[in-house]
Amino acid sequence: MEAVADRPAAARFRIDLKWVIVGACVALVAYLAVIPLGFLLWQSFFTPQTAAKPAVFTLGNYAAAYTSVQTAKLFFNSLAFAVGTAAFALVVGTALAWMNERTNTPFKRLFFALALVPLIIPGILFTISWIMLASPKIGIFNLLLQHWFGTDTVFFNVYTLWGMIWVDGLHYSPMAFLLMTAAFRSMDPALEESAAMSGAGIWQVVRRVTLALAWPAIFATLLILFVRAIESFEVPALLGMPAGIFVFTSAIYEAIHRYPSQIGLASAYGVTLLLLTSAGVWFQSRLSASGSRYSTVTGKGFRPRRIDLGRWRYLTAAIFIAYFLLIVAAPLFILVWSSIQKFYSVPSAAALANLTLEPYRFILDHPTFARAIWNSLILCLGAATIIMLVTSVICWMVVKTKIPGRWLLDNLASLPIVFPGLVLGLAIMVFYLNVNVGIYGTIWILLLAYVTRFMPYGIRYNTASMVQIHKELEESAAMSGASWASTFFRVVLPLLKPGLLAGWIYIAIVSLRELSSSILLYSPGTEVVSIMIWELWENGQYVELSALGVMLIVLLFVMVMIAQFVGSRFGVREA
Amino acid sequence: MLSVRGLHTEYPSEHGPVRAVRDVAFDVPDGTFFTLLGPSGCGKTTTLRSIAGLERPQSGEIQLGARAIYASDRKIFVAPNERNIGMVFQSYAIWPHMSVFENAAFPLKVSRRRHSGKEIAERVMRVLGIVAMDHLADRPATNLSGGQQQRLALARALVMEPQLLLLDEPMSNLDAKLRERMRFELKKIQRDTGVTTVYVTHDQTEALALSHEIAVMNEGRIIQIGIPREIYERPRSRFVADFIGRTNLLEARVVAADGTQHYRLGTALGELHGLSVDPLKTGDAVALSVRPEDVELSETRPDGPNVCAGTVSAKVFLGDTVDFQVAVGDQLVLATAHPTLRTPVGDPIFLRIRTEKCIALAGDKSG
Repeated sequence: MEAVADRPAAARFRIDLKWVIVGACVALVAYLAVIPLGFLLWQSFFTPQTAAKPAVFTLGNYAAAYTSVQTAKLFFNSLAFAVGTAAFALVVGTALAWMNERTNTPFKRLFFALALVPLIIPGILFTISWIMLASPKIGIFNLLLQHWFGTDTVFFNVYTLWGMIWVDGLHYSPMAFLLMTAAFRSMDPALEESAAMSGAGIWQVVRRVTLALAWPAIFATLLILFVRAIESFEVPALLGMPAGIFVFTSAIYEAIHRYPSQIGLASAYGVTLLLLTSAGVWFQSRLSASGSRYSTVTGKGFRPRRIDLGRWRYLTAAIFIAYFLLIVAAPLFILVWSSIQKFYSVPSAAALANLTLEPYRFILDHPTFARAIWNSLILCLGAATIIMLVTSVICWMVVKTKIPGRWLLDNLASLPIVFPGLVLGLAIMVFYLNVNVGIYGTIWILLLAYVTRFMPYGIRYNTASMVQIHKELEESAAMSGASWASTFFRVVLPLLKPGLLAGWIYIAIVSLRELSSSILLYSPGTEVVSIMIWELWENGQYVELSALGVMLIVLLFVMVMIAQFVGSRFGVREA
Repeated sequence: MLSVRGLHTEYPSEHGPVRAVRDVAFDVPDGTFFTLLGPSGCGKTTTLRSIAGLERPQSGEIQLGARAIYASDRKIFVAPNERNIGMVFQSYAIWPHMSVFENAAFPLKVSRRRHSGKEIAERVMRVLGIVAMDHLADRPATNLSGGQQQRLALARALVMEPQLLLLDEPMSNLDAKLRERMRFELKKIQRDTGVTTVYVTHDQTEALALSHEIAVMNEGRIIQIGIPREIYERPRSRFVADFIGRTNLLEARVVAADGTQHYRLGTALGELHGLSVDPLKTGDAVALSVRPEDVELSETRPDGPNVCAGTVSAKVFLGDTVDFQVAVGDQLVLATAHPTLRTPVGDPIFLRIRTEKCIALAGDKSG
């Protein structure tokens, strides 16, 4: 291959290759993480630039944002919505996790399915299905109850703050369930057993020991849920906006879609929202860092003792079944039902006669459909691949080397976690409107947004598997004469494979459902599947939307099943 | 020949730099087995990793054969993968995603020199044969016992016919029985292949059993270098005497010289005739090391020098030997005796120590 005389040159080239790869990854991460944030801040301090007058510095956006009564209301709504959602999801999720981990409630297998629900049913479809279930006019829960009791009373109304909290809280409750399950699993059951041996009853044990020990985990979970809720877009947009209940995300969307669009105001809102999510994430990481003081995690394998609930277990089983109906069965049923109707109608014997597959044909023939599928596919495969490869290099540097400043790199790559999807979309939009590199309005801007937004997940998956690779596995490759590239590709990456694959599929799944960044960045021709659903909703094409939704859910279900199958060692989890 | 000169390594820490290795120097002639022995944190592993190139020292020089692989003043640092050194790691570092064969073949596959498939197969099978693993070649590496993993790690380190073999506490993950067997095998493999070997361990038995030469390290420095018997029988410091085997350390003061290397020493046992390799001056305070097996016990007073009387204060039956704790005044002396000696606790007993077994340690004066 090469002459012996070339050796020094060859050696230099290979060292260069290592630094080229590492440098490229670092530059990419820094660019992705810092640029949108910087520009968002910049934009929020300037007036809109037009052909006639250049942008000038102003505090007007913040003045407008912070001096109006509306903003006070916005702030209150956002907090009420996020706190309510987080608290509701937490209570439900904790109760379920306790039932599953610590009691002998039957139907354990269904609990496992719960973990997959949020991956399979995207927020927009969950919200729409709940409109069909509980809106005042067409919601079947209302119609059924009105029919039974012979009244016109509206029993449920999702177009209220409480309705928004209910729907979003239900949607995030599986995540709370997963986080709390992890907390319960890492707790030594001997602590509970010794309380029981001291004469405490079940409820005393739960209150005085289990919950008392789990409180750092509970609080951390609450913060995560709060951040998720305050940045969630689908529920505020579909349920809040029609009723005039605005939160930050819907206000940003509204400010941009107003004519003329108020990007400065949207940026000011965006910065405020960013501050809120950053505070949440910061407190949560502080909490996790100090959580070791409570040392419920000892790394020992526990065989948790299950509390025998006796006859109470029928109650817990009933609660669980009811929950399962509300979160999985009812939404899926109503979507499937609506997808086989000619026009949307409430389930009834008469409507049964009108069953048709027409909506599916409509969707398959729709000119946007093939394009949207193609775009979604490119984006989710592209984003997943780029993220997992780049973050594997980043994680290698952070975990395996002693390069000074590597903590900064870790934090940079994890920074986008504080970006609500909508704010990230806004920031990227603002940047590429001002700096024209020819990607605005193309699919590449979406790819950029996805890579930025989901990069932290890649970091998490890769870090988790990277720390499990003993450094001697790499050193022995070096001692065997392998170069850095050789070691990375032949030893490190193959060892990372299960984690890489699990992270790759997870990112592909969340990319496929992405709505809140895409909604500000798409243009005609670059629609993705979730945008197509959004547009169908705006056009009032409910049955067609349902057909598309059912197809998307089936696709996501298949992907999640594949993920469960291939990632049995690491599994795919809500990161 | 491996030659290490003036090796210095520092680590940054919260309390300022830690000097992990200080002025370490030694030579390992071709074909010999050299051991770095010391307690954990003494710098032996850092020294080994510096030879491997996995760590970069602050200063010093490492020469392997005709080639300098590290020289701080000439800014030479050869990357570990260019050094042609085989290494067995403490964890064995067997790659779980490869079979036994693939693990052993890896060094040949990534080698700068292209090897044909046939040549690789031949060399891998030969080296697997040496470590008696050839029948397991197709097995996934995850299905190996600790001993098998160690053999495989050894095979992988040997397959590229390295100029030097480094072993980093390879026995520490094995159980006691297996460790004893592997000790024999390792010695045989090293003798058969003739590969120059540097071995790191904190286990003095392993070091004594395997090595041609031992360097005892403590706090980043080499305290003493010598052949195993010399290290054991002629320790030159309190640390070496105490770390290698068991010993009685007595406070002593030099009374007078008594011929070459011989001295009369005042101790709690009375005046003893002892030996010192390093010259001593009258009045020097030194430590005196006496191995328990060199303290001869008898119920009747023996003749000759270095005899004193004491009382049995405790004894422990160990099967092949009995440990006696004998009180001579305030001084307790440990002595190993044959089980036939059955003097009861509390009875008087006589001690005799041969002059050449009384080692005065000038290395660190205890005064």
